[in-house]
Amino acid sequence: MDDVDVSLRNVTYRLFVDAGRAPTAAMVAEAIDTTVDGVLQGWARLHDAHALVLHTGGREIRMANPFSAVPTAYRVRADGRRWFANCAWDAFGVCAALHSDGTIEASCADCGDPITIGVRDGQPDDPTTLFHCLVPANQWWDDIVFT
Amino acid sequence: MNLFRSEEHIDRWLAGRQAGVTLTTRKLSDLAHAWWGDRVAPSWQPRSREQNQAILTELGLTGTFWQLA
Repeated sequence: MDDVDVSLRNVTYRLFVDAGRAPTAAMVAEAIDTTVDGVLQGWARLHDAHALVLHTGGREIRMANPFSAVPTAYRVRADGRRWFANCAWDAFGVCAALHSDGTIEASCADCGDPITIGVRDGQPDDPTTLFHCLVPANQWWDDIVFT
Repeated sequence: MNLFRSEEHIDRWLAGRQAGVTLTTRKLSDLAHAWWGDRVAPSWQPRSREQNQAILTELGLTGTFWQLA
């Protein structure tokens, strides 16, 4: 990943956090004074480098981990906004990335019961809930949406 | 990468599949803060696989399951 792509990635993340939702390629192009095609080509390289995840078709952001651009079962209130996270790990990651306390709203993957966890100073207020990671680390990116 | 009420719920959800790894949310939060804490920093730079592996190791997440490659 060269410096140009790192800069593109960092601007994309900044716009995501500033707006509370994924930026379009046009928004990023305007921010860095380039073309939409230039942004899309850069995003494709970042996707291949696992620095973000694009929707099929490659024109829109699906994940800027830990943030999700689409609604998920992992909702986070942090830093004065509501966010979607890609998974339980990312839900805590939203608080971490924003350096903010927060509240995670999810559900037990088995029974569907609501699970609400406050995060204060980096620690959960409910230590009884468990996290299970099914996929080994060397397979996470084989299918990142499933992971 | 899901949340569960208890080990019993994990076992039922697995329905005979091979289990992965279970962590407390306290450990998960520690992992999330180590892994994602720099993610929106203006000066963010990509980490190498070795750097990512070191984060896992420092948290005691070792063994075959946690090997990134």
